[in-house]
Amino acid sequence: MTPPAGRYPEEPSPACGGGLGGGGSADPHPGPPPRAGEGEALVTLRGVGKRFASGTEALSGIDLSIGTGEFVSLLGPSGCGKSTLLRLVAGLAEPSGGRVEWMAGARPRIGFVFQDATLMPWASALDNVRLPLRLAALPRAEQQALAAAALADVGLAGFERAYPRELSGGMRMRVSLARALVTRPELLLMDEPFAALDELTRNRLNDDLLALWSARGGATTVVFVTHSVFESVYLSSRILVMSARPGRIAEELAIAAPAPRPPGFRTSAGYAAMCRAASEALERAMAGPARQALDRAMADRS
Amino acid sequence: MTVAGLLGRAVPGLAGVLFLIGWEGLVRLYAVPAYVLPGPLAIWAALIDDWPILFGSMLETLKIALLALLAAVTLGGLLAVLFAQSRLLERALFPYAVVLQVTPIVAIAPLILIWVDDVTLSLLICAWIVAFFPVLSNTVLGLNSADRNLAELFRLYGATRWQALWLLRLPAALPFFLAGLRVAGGLALIGAVVAEFVAGAGGTGSGLAWRILEAGFQLKIPRMFAALALISACGIAIFAALGLLQHLLLRRWHESAMRVEG
Repeated sequence: MTPPAGRYPEEPSPACGGGLGGGGSADPHPGPPPRAGEGEALVTLRGVGKRFASGTEALSGIDLSIGTGEFVSLLGPSGCGKSTLLRLVAGLAEPSGGRVEWMAGARPRIGFVFQDATLMPWASALDNVRLPLRLAALPRAEQQALAAAALADVGLAGFERAYPRELSGGMRMRVSLARALVTRPELLLMDEPFAALDELTRNRLNDDLLALWSARGGATTVVFVTHSVFESVYLSSRILVMSARPGRIAEELAIAAPAPRPPGFRTSAGYAAMCRAASEALERAMAGPARQALDRAMADRS
Repeated sequence: MTVAGLLGRAVPGLAGVLFLIGWEGLVRLYAVPAYVLPGPLAIWAALIDDWPILFGSMLETLKIALLALLAAVTLGGLLAVLFAQSRLLERALFPYAVVLQVTPIVAIAPLILIWVDDVTLSLLICAWIVAFFPVLSNTVLGLNSADRNLAELFRLYGATRWQALWLLRLPAALPFFLAGLRVAGGLALIGAVVAEFVAGAGGTGSGLAWRILEAGFQLKIPRMFAALALISACGIAIFAALGLLQHLLLRRWHESAMRVEG
């Protein structure tokens, strides 16, 4: 296998690859995350923190900028606040500190994909996909046409009348993806969408997701939450590695590889090297303050 | 269908037939007088002989039970939707719905008969009191059981309260509502019969309960059993009809209505 045309993340990289990235430079070392180019940032988080009513501090001091057209992955162990961060961006929860600022001044059109397909079991695939349009009170004929097209885009033409119960896990996730894309969102938020699927299905969905994102030509920005190193490297133009308790962004990696990924990318040496770099960053993040405190406590006891 | 499958289907019926044969046999063997315990054949004969009277009474009782069920569905359902819109309202009123539910209907029925002049209406109210609670509590539970992520999705897309109710919470509540409806169907019949007993004791009435009382006074025990059998048949018919409704409404999407294939 030949290595891809992309650079390794260890190399200094002047800009994010492929003209798709909105910003962010390669910096595998801990420190304050650099900001994406301010002018083209779709959304900027400044000092965002989230403390739940129970007193748990889920997120602390998140400074983050996401550029238009980027594919950003939030990579971290479970419980590091990835999903909470996504919910704050979606507006499903309010930060208890800091600000979320939008390029247009207001939240753009957002699509959201949950870990489960989260379909209405009583509605057909087509009716599930046209839900956002129905809520927006579009004319019925338009709803049908757009929803059918979105289903065809995710490879489910002919399954319009099928109920979620009659579809496989992967197909259900495709319906969920079609529903998120049917409004042509400017920002697509995905919360470990493929975590419950088998590896083959997951790989195929990763490819299809990249293809769909590329086809939108930078009109859709994706923020993708995952705990899989391989998935994050395969998909993203930029990875934000998070550490837990409280959740913060520990490191940032730029992935410079063309999108959609060339054939054989998954088995290439370049991909392996990037995965190793991401994996090491994740190790460092997980061995952060919590681990050090634990080590100290164990040392004190002995 | 396989032989074992056919046998499986036939088992409840066979058990019933065996029971009836045993009953008839014992009654004959010990020569039990009909005014103590009639055999199934004597009851069957009474059912045929008194069919015009019993059939009319059955229609009367069924009318009360079904109207009460309709009222339970309408008022229980509406109240549930109101409760789902306002937690405050639910907390204020739900305990009183429980009070109504736990107070024995036999104890309230005489009062209602006194307060309400029209006998049919008072019977209806009694049956409704018994039947409406399962519809109310199940529907409230169902309306509050909508998938949380779906509810967030609705919020994300700016759904109105009405849209969330109509497109999310009501469909999510449907299986719960239907389960409550099946319970309510049986209870409506019981409520109707109990109320008829209370009313019948006062000399007014024409339903099946009244026929049982009347047959008791006249020591026509086979007719009493025939009326009892008709009440059971009504209960089974209501239960089966509501079960069919449940199946038809849920078969495409709900786990409870799915058959495992293969």
